[in-house]
Amino acid sequence: MSGVGYVAVAGQVAVVAAGGPLLAGWMRQVRARMEGRVGAGVLQPWRDMRKLLRKEPITPVGTGPALRIAPALVVATVAVAAALVPLLSTDTPISDRADLILVVALIALGTLALALAGLDSGTAFGGMGASREMTVAALVEPTILLSVFALSIPAGSTNLPAIVSGTVHDPARLASPAGLLATAALAVAVLAETGRIPVDNPSTHLELTMIHEAMVLEYAGPDLALVELGAQMRLTLLLGLLASLFAPWGIATSASWAALAVALALFTLKVAVLGAVLAAAEVFWAKLRLFRVPELLAGSFLLALLAVIVSYFLSSES
Amino acid sequence: MRTMHDIHAAELAKRAEELLAAGHRLALIAAHHDPDAVRIVYLFASGPPDTRIELHVRLARDRPEVPTLAPLSFPAGRFEREMRDLHGIVPLDHPLPRRLVRHFHWPRGWYPMRPDAGPPPPFGEQEGPYPFLEVEGDGVYEIPVGPVHAGLIEPGHFRFSVVGETILKLKARLWFVHKGIEKLFQGRSVAAGLPLAERISGDTAVGHALAYCLAVEEATGTKVPADAQRARALLLELERLHNHVADLGMLCNDVGHGILNTHAQRVREQLLRLGAEITGHRLLRGGVIPGGAALRALPDPVRLRAIGEDIREITDLALGHSTVRDRFTGTAILTTQAARDIGCLGYVARASGLAGDARTAHPFTPYGALLEVPVHDSGDVLARFLVRAEEIETSLALIDQLADGLMAPGTVLAPSPVPGAGPRTGVGLVEGWRGTIATRVELALDGTLARVKPVDPSFFNWPALPLALADTIVPDFPLTNKSFNLSYAGNDL
Repeated sequence: MSGVGYVAVAGQVAVVAAGGPLLAGWMRQVRARMEGRVGAGVLQPWRDMRKLLRKEPITPVGTGPALRIAPALVVATVAVAAALVPLLSTDTPISDRADLILVVALIALGTLALALAGLDSGTAFGGMGASREMTVAALVEPTILLSVFALSIPAGSTNLPAIVSGTVHDPARLASPAGLLATAALAVAVLAETGRIPVDNPSTHLELTMIHEAMVLEYAGPDLALVELGAQMRLTLLLGLLASLFAPWGIATSASWAALAVALALFTLKVAVLGAVLAAAEVFWAKLRLFRVPELLAGSFLLALLAVIVSYFLSSES
Repeated sequence: MRTMHDIHAAELAKRAEELLAAGHRLALIAAHHDPDAVRIVYLFASGPPDTRIELHVRLARDRPEVPTLAPLSFPAGRFEREMRDLHGIVPLDHPLPRRLVRHFHWPRGWYPMRPDAGPPPPFGEQEGPYPFLEVEGDGVYEIPVGPVHAGLIEPGHFRFSVVGETILKLKARLWFVHKGIEKLFQGRSVAAGLPLAERISGDTAVGHALAYCLAVEEATGTKVPADAQRARALLLELERLHNHVADLGMLCNDVGHGILNTHAQRVREQLLRLGAEITGHRLLRGGVIPGGAALRALPDPVRLRAIGEDIREITDLALGHSTVRDRFTGTAILTTQAARDIGCLGYVARASGLAGDARTAHPFTPYGALLEVPVHDSGDVLARFLVRAEEIETSLALIDQLADGLMAPGTVLAPSPVPGAGPRTGVGLVEGWRGTIATRVELALDGTLARVKPVDPSFFNWPALPLALADTIVPDFPLTNKSFNLSYAGNDL
């Protein structure tokens, strides 16, 4: 058992790390094709990564440790979270520790590290981006917590593998009002957390409108490569989490090689489909006015809260 | 049509006040270094009926000082500052006695437009200090942006004083692209001046070339054939079309709705290619020439109709998108009063309720009943979007009408002017796509250009941008800036 379990954990981290840039490339490609452009190809983010890693590291004068450790910290937190979240298998050696609160805290730690780095850069853009990011994060993190919490009530545990395997055995939970509300809430939170339209525009060059990009304007070379990798991995992880929670079919619940292989194939497929849907939706959406973003996020928080309440009522009835 | 009055400096303010009160607008102030005196020309214009009145004031060469008109007219104050920076002519009692055009590092006492200025000297000691006005208070911070920006845009430094996300004050420091165009004109032949005029602002090749040609033709007494004027009007509308379409797309892009931008740029590309067929240059250079116009082809009405359909669809999709509409509506309002006080021109003025348009005020060819000047009075980004969209409709209709009866390929030219004929001074007023362009030309005795003073509407409109942005949020700045889309190159000659 343990052999397969360890491979599953390593596989989850590897697939998120290697797949992150591919997912970003895939989404850009989908978007380009929908807009009638040729696109740079799915591999472009990896090519960019290679280019950035070859450049010399540059640290702006007068910056402190926050700027220097943030890129590594972002990648590390996402990697640990990827090991914990049951993306491929619920039966891993560390599945007992895969608590939802821990996962959300890890993601928040990465956000916080980048915001501190933005402040540390000492530029107006860094500070502006950090302040906006914190405004968004303050609304997003509770939403993620609450919506996953709504799903944990039927499972009776905040342990993510327990929630996922519970859903695999009892898919009816997903079709419940609580499940649907939580899906909607989490989907909006994922958009905000990963800096996509309508909250942030990842492809803009307009410094004054940026949220995530404004924080990382001072990065160059290998540091920038890590920051980008971190952002891409985070998107993969969160889409994977969404898939695991709301379409858990195919995730290995036992320690078998065959189940793991099927899980890997299905995970790739699910995340690719989610990415394509997101990219396609972005073509038709526009970016919200910054002051409307809290309204959107407050709405998603409300959905999550409703999901929790509903799941309490329904579970007490049954 | 154009009257000139030589007046004494002492009566300048009174005469200017009368003209402004009678509904004329100050179109241009140009300084001239005559052998015996420094002469300043104040051009006032109004229409319809097309009226142009010039006041000429002569100053002593050793003490070039002139009473300021800044309390009467805001644009006059800016022209005077420009004049002081480039010519060393001092406006007395100017309320804002600070540099405007002058570059940081030009040597003290060097004025590039003076006849004895010589070649540009190396950069000297900074003349400043030029501190930014500091806004103080709890939580107020500054965001400096530029002059080098991400993306391919021109240089300008913007200093935002912000509390939270709300802009308290914006200071735009421009003037990083002084090219000495006015100086470069001097001594050129009329024909050699044309390429320069086309490049004053790259996207306004027809507008500036046409204003230049009209001025030169008045100066030489040339009668341009009616067909050539029609061809010029056609090119002017084609230029309006490709610029407005690009703007509509980029406004959508700035609210994160990229798909409409992709399509608007596709339409613009078709228009640029059409331009290349018509004039041999994508930006329509070479179509307007002194004395006439040259067309290689005429726009195909069927193709134009298809382009019109495409643009209409883009506009409808943008206005039908609730987020896009929300981002446009109520953003960065420029009130009618502010637009009038600043002397705004073009779509910026027309989006704020001012109906000025040189095509009706100073027509060089009969436009007929199809010319409609759209006016909106909400003054926000939406109004500037709508004015552009409606001007596109008018331009399409005008192109159809103007092309009818024109012959292509062919060059229609007036007979060469008799050397020495004509008043040797001339003014061209043209409604370029950004607004009214004014160019004043004086010819030397040998027929070369003695002085050319072009004024791009951006020179009038730039001060309106910071005003519209007060109380707007920082992330809406790029959108607002695009909705004004002012030229840096045309502003800073």
